[in-house]
Amino acid sequence: MLNATKNIAVRALLVCATGLFYHFNALAAIPVQHWTQANGAKVYLVESPAIAMLDVQIDFDAGSRRDPPGKAGLASMTANILEKGVRASVRRAGPPQASTAPSGGSAVREATSVGASDFSAGPPQASTAPSGGSAVREATSVGADVALDENALGEAWADLGAQFGAGASADRMSFTLRSLTDPALLDQAVALAARQIAEPAFPDAVWQRERQRLEAGLKESYTRPGSVIGRAYSQAVYGSHPYGYEMTEATLSSIAFADLQAAHAAGVVACRARISMVGAVTRAQADSIAARLLSRLPQVACASLPPLPPVAEVARLEQAQEKSIDFKSAQAHVLIGQPGIRRADPDYFPLIVGNYILGGGGFVSRLTNEVREKRGLTYGVSSSFSPGLHAGSFTVGLQTRPDQTAQAVQIARQVVRDFVASGPTEAELKAAKDNLVGGFALRIDSNRKLLGNLAGIAWNDLPLDYLDTWTRQVEKVTVDDIRAAFARTLQPEKMVTVILGAAS
Amino acid sequence: MKHPMRAPVPPTLFAPARRTRAGMVFGAVLACANACALAQSAPQVEQFTLANGLTVIVKPDHRAPTAAHMLWVRVGAMDEVDGASGVAHVLEHMMFKGTKDVKAGEFSRRVAALGGQENAFTSSDNTGYYQQIPAGRLEEVMRLEADRFANSQWDDAEFKREIEVVKEERRQRTEESPRAMLYEQAAAVTFLASPYRRPIVGWMSDLDAMTPADVRAFYQRWYVPANAAVVVAGDVEVAQVRRLAEKYYGGIPARPVPERKPRSEPEQAGQRTLDFKATASQSYVSMAFKVPKVEPADLHAAPGTPSPTAAASREALALTVLAAVLDGYSGARLDRALVQGQGGERVADSAGASSGRVGRGPQLFMLDGVPAAGKTTLQVADALRRQIAAIAQSGVSDAELKRVKTQWAASETYKLDSVFSQARELGSNWVQGLPLDASMRLIARLRTVTAAEVQGVAAKYFGGDQMTLATLLPQPADPNRAPRRAAVPTTGDLR
Repeated sequence: MLNATKNIAVRALLVCATGLFYHFNALAAIPVQHWTQANGAKVYLVESPAIAMLDVQIDFDAGSRRDPPGKAGLASMTANILEKGVRASVRRAGPPQASTAPSGGSAVREATSVGASDFSAGPPQASTAPSGGSAVREATSVGADVALDENALGEAWADLGAQFGAGASADRMSFTLRSLTDPALLDQAVALAARQIAEPAFPDAVWQRERQRLEAGLKESYTRPGSVIGRAYSQAVYGSHPYGYEMTEATLSSIAFADLQAAHAAGVVACRARISMVGAVTRAQADSIAARLLSRLPQVACASLPPLPPVAEVARLEQAQEKSIDFKSAQAHVLIGQPGIRRADPDYFPLIVGNYILGGGGFVSRLTNEVREKRGLTYGVSSSFSPGLHAGSFTVGLQTRPDQTAQAVQIARQVVRDFVASGPTEAELKAAKDNLVGGFALRIDSNRKLLGNLAGIAWNDLPLDYLDTWTRQVEKVTVDDIRAAFARTLQPEKMVTVILGAAS
Repeated sequence: MKHPMRAPVPPTLFAPARRTRAGMVFGAVLACANACALAQSAPQVEQFTLANGLTVIVKPDHRAPTAAHMLWVRVGAMDEVDGASGVAHVLEHMMFKGTKDVKAGEFSRRVAALGGQENAFTSSDNTGYYQQIPAGRLEEVMRLEADRFANSQWDDAEFKREIEVVKEERRQRTEESPRAMLYEQAAAVTFLASPYRRPIVGWMSDLDAMTPADVRAFYQRWYVPANAAVVVAGDVEVAQVRRLAEKYYGGIPARPVPERKPRSEPEQAGQRTLDFKATASQSYVSMAFKVPKVEPADLHAAPGTPSPTAAASREALALTVLAAVLDGYSGARLDRALVQGQGGERVADSAGASSGRVGRGPQLFMLDGVPAAGKTTLQVADALRRQIAAIAQSGVSDAELKRVKTQWAASETYKLDSVFSQARELGSNWVQGLPLDASMRLIARLRTVTAAEVQGVAAKYFGGDQMTLATLLPQPADPNRAPRRAAVPTTGDLR
């Protein structure tokens, strides 16, 4: 065991070193650094030097809301195929690029072979230390990078001990990278990620295979109650809005190879990138990494590009709708809701604090108390908002034994109606604030959690001190604010109710 | 699990994206083969035992002002007896229903008021309770947890409501899922004497028949200090945790840990098969092979120390490497051969391999897969075993071996990012009787596994006689099948 003196020293060192928290007991500022690169990409960084690792997320406005009608699933298919191979390319000579080697290092590192794959078959990439008097060498190599198929990529990532992924949600197409910061590994991980982001191979055989797998998965999903009700609910809440698009065999078969290429070309554009980073890198290193990650995309100014077409807002519901789906399952599934709010909605804070009380707060929410704790009708009941660029749904969900469906639905509806009509009590609001404010540190106590928050700031153009003011925003919410915000946002008399598998 | 895992507010401070394609945060976790990961000096871990026999494990990590507090009890579904399956898990639920000082539901309200998040979990081997809290609130959750560990108390009406919640949990997590139902029944076929044959959540008829007295007796019997460990990780000091542990847990009277019967699984001598029909579109096949496990004593001892189980423990490590070579990273052998159809026909839409490695009971090596359109489960099962046979015949490449050995090194660094997962690993190792630094020891030994050893276990453990072959036979939805009903009428509190 460390003696006390040494222990304090170690602690002080660690606390200072982290950069996550400057003071032990205060909700200290989270220093978010932000800058715009020459190519227009916006970079957001939180330095977190305690662990020799880096997490990166790059978001583009290329989520499924931009799927053309009849081609639902295009964004997620595109992201999927982006992981399955990179094409051969001729490397351009570029400006000198700083490496991630710590400043003060004297050696120029050559990228070294990382294993059995042909990943490193190209010429070694020159890299230079950013400062500290180390040698600088022009990156003049011009040569060919060989194509890598999905297996060569899998091996390369494995050999680097790094993880790379692409995915699409309703709003964003996202790339994520997690790597150790050992410069020999990180530089290669960044170089490989840059190729995957910009130079996908879209191999036809893989595309055909993935289509087959998706089709089989779709057919299976039609037998799963949760999937069936999810689709029906989504359509009822969102109508013709892209948030309600669902992939089907028909939309899948209408997606052509050229659609994937077009979606990538239109969506993955350097000047529109939002790059979030958390890890053991300095600002100079982060700047270099961000530049290299996008270096293989065309460096075109957004001003010279046509603007992305606007996407319509989600239409409000005019009247209540109840759908009953005949389905034999162990439990009945219930979803109740309506379009909720955009992330930019000024009622955001009253609504998330209110929803904690209504149905977000696990054990201590009203819905859990009434449906589960008092009556034992369900294992899980909850309510949620899904704010996005458009009004994502407000949804109450529960499952229950088929013969008690009517009772559970009636209670859940009553709880929502009461809450919208009367709002929370002062005691409930205090309990919510105690948890949300008191537990704030738990939302940012790892690099991974910080990255999610940082990407949220980046994507939603939130102020850089958003995390520093979050608890204040929660604190100032009043009972009246919540009541008014819920009254503006939710209309229980116009909600959709979908019930699947109730006993008749 | 006491309630479905979810954060009270989205885990970020922003609403989640509506849908993210599963797998966006990808598969394999791998790394540099050199010491780069291990060079991250892991914070010191301390373990000590209170006078009443309770173990305390502390891992200070001052990166953020938060802490994880966990209570692990070395009792799980495997300690139950026939007719009372599920009681360990029901008890886990009832532990939220109060003590003589804290009324039902109050535990959760107080933890919430502290800014904390909490839950609990039950497995075959253990039961665990945890709170994630601002570090300054540690004392309050230690007081609450020690109180319910020693003084859990609730009336029959609470039980009557909560048992219905547990039945809903069984419906939701098992009965609603054809594959979960298949696993449940496959375990019952795979094991005869081992308690692993019973489902953790319990058979429905056992839940129907369970009484409050069953639950209280299980609690009285197993929740004794010498059968439990408190794990605290995060922005805490060892001396502080020691003081609080003495203060709140130290006064709980010592009682003997009940004797455990071995209930050893008899050697299997012949293939077992299970067909399971359920509403589904895709079929599915899984093969379970009985394999040796790492014996804790062998991991405590220096490498190469002779013991009756040393050879078997060594084989368990080789089986771990085998699973990783087959399915440890994107584009590993199973994916290439079965899903991509490299060098032949594509037979599967997915395929996997995993190895049990450690556990209080017998361990299995699992192979499984979903047939591609037009292919059969038999073809998938054959293809899976052909991949094992190929390794038995030709071994694995140095590149593969090196690649999979680097996985654990990188994961050692990445896991430092989460105080909670560090606490979970420490608790889980304690349950198994493993040393505190078990994962580093495992990695060090995995590094020494040779291609010949991997080839050896591939040749030895995959004959049919030690296998259970379980097949999901998909059925079209039957419009006439009645939904499952409760076997006994329930009252529900209708007011």
